[in-house]
Amino acid sequence: MADIKKIATRESYGNALAALGKEMPELVVLDADLAGATKTSIFQKAFPERHIDCGIAECDMVGVAAGLSTMGFVPFASSFAMFAAGRAFEQIRNTVGYPHLNVKIGATHGGISVGEDGASHQCNEDFAVMRTIPGMVVMCPADAVEAEAVVRAAAKHQGPVYMRFSRFASPVFHGEDYSFEIGKGEVLQDGTDVAIIANGLMVSEALEAGKALEAKGIHARVINMCTIKPLDEELVLKAAKECGKIVTVEEHSIIGGLGEAVCSVLSEQYPVPVKRIGVNDEFGHSGPAGELLKQFGLCAEHIAEVTEAFCK
Amino acid sequence: MTQAERKELQVLACKVRVGVIDAVYGAKSGHPGGSLSAADLFTYLYFKEMRVDPADPKKAQRDRFVLSKGHTAPGLYSTLALRGFFPREDLHNLRHIGSYLQGHPNMNTTPGIDMSTGSLGQGISTACGMALGAKMKGTDERVYTLLGDGEIQEGQVWEAMMFASHNKLDNLVVIIDNNGLQIDGRVADVMSPYPIKEKCEAFGFEVAEIDGHDFDQIEAAFQQAKTVKGKPFAIIMKTLKGKGVSFMEDQAGWHGKAPNAEEYEIAMNELKAHLAEVEAQ
Repeated sequence: MADIKKIATRESYGNALAALGKEMPELVVLDADLAGATKTSIFQKAFPERHIDCGIAECDMVGVAAGLSTMGFVPFASSFAMFAAGRAFEQIRNTVGYPHLNVKIGATHGGISVGEDGASHQCNEDFAVMRTIPGMVVMCPADAVEAEAVVRAAAKHQGPVYMRFSRFASPVFHGEDYSFEIGKGEVLQDGTDVAIIANGLMVSEALEAGKALEAKGIHARVINMCTIKPLDEELVLKAAKECGKIVTVEEHSIIGGLGEAVCSVLSEQYPVPVKRIGVNDEFGHSGPAGELLKQFGLCAEHIAEVTEAFCK
Repeated sequence: MTQAERKELQVLACKVRVGVIDAVYGAKSGHPGGSLSAADLFTYLYFKEMRVDPADPKKAQRDRFVLSKGHTAPGLYSTLALRGFFPREDLHNLRHIGSYLQGHPNMNTTPGIDMSTGSLGQGISTACGMALGAKMKGTDERVYTLLGDGEIQEGQVWEAMMFASHNKLDNLVVIIDNNGLQIDGRVADVMSPYPIKEKCEAFGFEVAEIDGHDFDQIEAAFQQAKTVKGKPFAIIMKTLKGKGVSFMEDQAGWHGKAPNAEEYEIAMNELKAHLAEVEAQ
């Protein structure tokens, strides 16, 4: 994959905001002293008067965004996933979710691929907490193209949205003609032996695993499930019926994320065996992102290995 | 303020207090203490200060009020009903299943509520967002938010205070209901927020300290707020928790408790006697 372009989805977040800023005068961006890291600085450069730096005060930032939304603005509040979904959870739950305000949370630096900063900054819990909020849309795009599409979809959606972006650059595999819809998964590779359902950085790894499995005669269906909530239940059930086995892969705790969302649908409607690949019930630690992902088994090799054993 | 205007506000405030007791009694739960301490403030805001239209509660260019101390919803509901946002009889449905009058304010169910609140420390941030939004649009809405003196123990309040002065939100008025009590006792004993005035000033606010039961002082403070440019304004109002009902006054135990039938009778008799007295003046 040497010739494939790699871009971090946080870059796409900043780029998409700047592009949307031109089309939507009501779009405003809030940050909490991380504009350089979350890439909202790209928007800030283009529209300084619509970029609000709240300082290191994520809870206040979420409230300010809520207030702005009631004045007709479409606020994107940004921070690292740990401090947006983590620290400001209750603010998002009570002041954005409960009144169902039109606030978008743009959380970058999700998962352990934050890398060297270590466990305090590696949020593996955001899908779990965000998807418990009624009416909240939760998305984690797989590459730069999808990330820009997600931001655009969020801006047009009426109501609260949580988006997780990555710090780590990942392969761009979608074409520019890719069309994204909230709540719709995407079959990237067809197969009927097993279905691998992944999101975020894990999608390109799952695709690679799918190819490796193919070489071994295992035909895996690879599904990109960008929207964790509302989950594309139809696609999950179809995969269960046609493949009979499901592997889920996410850069998130195996507790409460995509894997458990898929399990909930299956256990109630069409039980089939499931293997969840994710961060097991443990914290991350410091190290280069690529090496960490391998160490935690969040890589094509491990996905292929687990899936192969699961198919035997 | 003329004698007639003062009397009118006093009469209205009495009626607001009657509504609070009615609502909390009907709900068999709720927060009378802080509703009664802020009753005069609610009255002034909705009958004198704010540009609002009960016939068009969501009108774009209206002044906003955020009840950051959301548990005192009975006080706000009673005021909104009296102002004509919804029928007064509905106060009896407070906290009942299916009622649009939720235990804490819900902006999507209740006419006149500008923000859903209840979790302390959060309303003030939303008020900052509203005030900033008006500034960004270049419109002249003013934004008011009421906090409890216990509520300001929440760290987020000070994040918001910093935000307000950093952004020169001179269209924002932060009111602190200094009734001196919180659930566990005196604020000074539980976790002292004092000195409040100096803290607000240190956070870049112009501050007025007033008697929150004196309409002349309330008016003077809101008039002063309009003259201050380039910084937000805070009103620290000294009040009596449970004001107007003798056995509730200055009692932490009446923070969040409904009167029983006997207590309800006593409270109503006291409030109605006071109303008659004010009306006879």
